[in-house]
Amino acid sequence: MKFGGLDWGRLLELMRKELRQTRRDPQALRLVLAAPIIQLIVFGYAVNTDIRRAAVILFDRDHTTVSRELGQTLAASGYFRIAETAERAQDLVESLDHGRAILGVEIPRGFEGDLAAGTPATVQVLVDGTMSNTATVAQAYASQIILKFGQAHSPVAQALGRAGAPGVDLRVRSWYNPNLESRVYNVPGVMGSVMMLMSLLLTSLAVVRERELGTLEQLMVSPLTPAELILGKTVPVVGIALVDLTLIASVAILWFGIPMRGSFVLLFFASLVYIVCGLGIGLLISTVSATTQEAFMTMFMFFLPAMIFSGFFFPIANMPTVFQFVSLLDPIRYYLATVRGIFLKGAGLTVLWPQLAALAVMGGLILWLASTRFRKTSV
Amino acid sequence: MPRLSLKRLWAMARKEALHIGRDKRSLAMAFAVPAAMVLLFGYVITFDINDIPTAVLDQSQTSQSRNLVDAFRSSGYFRITRQLASDAEISPLLTRGAVRMVLVIPPDFAKHLAAAEPAPVQCLVDGGDANTASIAINYAQAIVTSYSATAVLKGRALPVPVQVESRVWYNEDLKSSNMIVPGLMATIMMILSALLTSLTIAREWERGTMEQLAATPVHRLEVIFGKLLPYLGIGFVDIVLVAVVGGVVFAVPFRGSALFLVVTAMLFLVGAQGLGMFISAAAKSQFLATQLAMLATMLPSLLLSGLIFDLASMPTALQLISLAVPARYFVVVLRGIFLKGVGLRVLWGQALGMLVFAAAGLTLAVRAFRKEIA
Repeated sequence: MKFGGLDWGRLLELMRKELRQTRRDPQALRLVLAAPIIQLIVFGYAVNTDIRRAAVILFDRDHTTVSRELGQTLAASGYFRIAETAERAQDLVESLDHGRAILGVEIPRGFEGDLAAGTPATVQVLVDGTMSNTATVAQAYASQIILKFGQAHSPVAQALGRAGAPGVDLRVRSWYNPNLESRVYNVPGVMGSVMMLMSLLLTSLAVVRERELGTLEQLMVSPLTPAELILGKTVPVVGIALVDLTLIASVAILWFGIPMRGSFVLLFFASLVYIVCGLGIGLLISTVSATTQEAFMTMFMFFLPAMIFSGFFFPIANMPTVFQFVSLLDPIRYYLATVRGIFLKGAGLTVLWPQLAALAVMGGLILWLASTRFRKTSV
Repeated sequence: MPRLSLKRLWAMARKEALHIGRDKRSLAMAFAVPAAMVLLFGYVITFDINDIPTAVLDQSQTSQSRNLVDAFRSSGYFRITRQLASDAEISPLLTRGAVRMVLVIPPDFAKHLAAAEPAPVQCLVDGGDANTASIAINYAQAIVTSYSATAVLKGRALPVPVQVESRVWYNEDLKSSNMIVPGLMATIMMILSALLTSLTIAREWERGTMEQLAATPVHRLEVIFGKLLPYLGIGFVDIVLVAVVGGVVFAVPFRGSALFLVVTAMLFLVGAQGLGMFISAAAKSQFLATQLAMLATMLPSLLLSGLIFDLASMPTALQLISLAVPARYFVVVLRGIFLKGVGLRVLWGQALGMLVFAAAGLTLAVRAFRKEIA
């Protein structure tokens, strides 16, 4: 059974050996299938940048119907909940120091009277800036709610009646994700990270383990050619990664209700190219590592920056320009754009071809580099 | 059972230190990983959103509509990259991701304004990235409100009914590096324990040196503590490294007590390394240990610790799980020490949680180890 310079019988035998080895280690097998799902579910819920019911301490120095109404308006927005009320200014400090509230709202004495008289009243908002992202959003929401409240209660607005205030009326419509849930954006992103992690780990550790145990030398002296050896090691990984893909895509669609607007075939194809990239990098790592620990650390040194630069947590467009250029070398970046495009926008090849082309070029280069190095270090 | 001896413990620690010292790459990584993480997270993570690429479809073509567009442009938050001529251009632009927002000003915009009626303006946002989208919407609302107040209502005195005076405490400029760098220490400690400690016992099993170790008169407590000591040393150096990089490169303030930081950090380190050793002893294979370490230490300490994502906004089930994530307490302590300048009086609850964690980590490691050697 020889074709294309490969002995397919031998290749098949090697793959069977790999599969048998995996089967004999049921714990590892379970982990390989369960880990992506656990990661997807935890990530899917945890990677959430919306604020919901943030704790507020209210210092109401006015004690009138209107001031109480302002407190209720804040709570009714859903963004905040009044966790505490302060009696003295010191209470605000205590509460923020202890982290019991992240926002302090102080309504001044005479608030109702000022509002009725049309004299500007000043509401103080104290923000705990330690979580700067949450703080920014909370501050913006709070100011907006308070300003709107003031406008609705001012005599001028009430005189204008129900016709609506003159001026620009901004009507916002959000495409692809009408309720602006961060999950819809993040869950497809998790798929990219989980698949990369799987293909890296499986390839690099499988090879390094054989090296560490000395069985790689046995394989070397067998009549297997290097190409057969590489294929035998990587094809089972592709299989496992594709099973993982099917699993996590099902969880994303069925459990998280992420809309799938594009083509499954394209998703499958793009993932295949991406997996090849991942296992090429894994193979490359295995050629520079003698022990599992080294492989694990090297993998980590690649994976962590790759995640950060991919635009998974933080939009690439917000990064400093230098880092935006660095991110062009990151395969995860292209895959995330592809997956998000397919899921959320229903984008097809006409839109996504630059991403796919970049992935394919990278995959080819990495695989070529990895197999050349593999031959040199191993044979 | 032999009596505990400091000498044997010391010998064990020396053996482990030699192991680490010989593995030059692991040693280098033990210091390179923290430094790289601080620099990467500190520089790359920013929550400020500027220059949102925006397209404008101005069907009004009046001085009023141009003023509105100018207000968007001069705000600094939006970058007007395209002027569109028709509706049909909108959809492909958003699908390709060429712009994040499209502003549509209808033909009768100026007429409505002149008649003192509400003048609708459409704002289409790419909601894919919900976070950026909601911030963009917030900015757009603010710009439109001030535009209405100045340009439209001029001539008529409309006092601003309520002013909001915001003051930000602890992190006055809302710098993301101030938020990330202190908290990152917790994650780094966890990751180190995953990278280094989780393999230390599994490796001995895989290489067959565990039997040799079992045949020596060394006590299991001596093994665990002996293996722990060098890693504690590395962890301590890393804490200092992160604090110095944070202070020098990112100018993160340090307002609390250094002593309190060292004590809590050591507690956390003992717990984290203990957990890593427990995984190592329980898994026995290096592959399994790496996988378990990733799942049990890295991901939770990155995601469920409140380092980046606000715990209070997560679903209740996840918040309950996060109570078992030790990094959660340490992140609060770190931010308290660095940014708020508070001490034990405020943070005693968290400190207690970390004490429990340290005790639990050690107990787990010792127990898991006993079973095998006996």
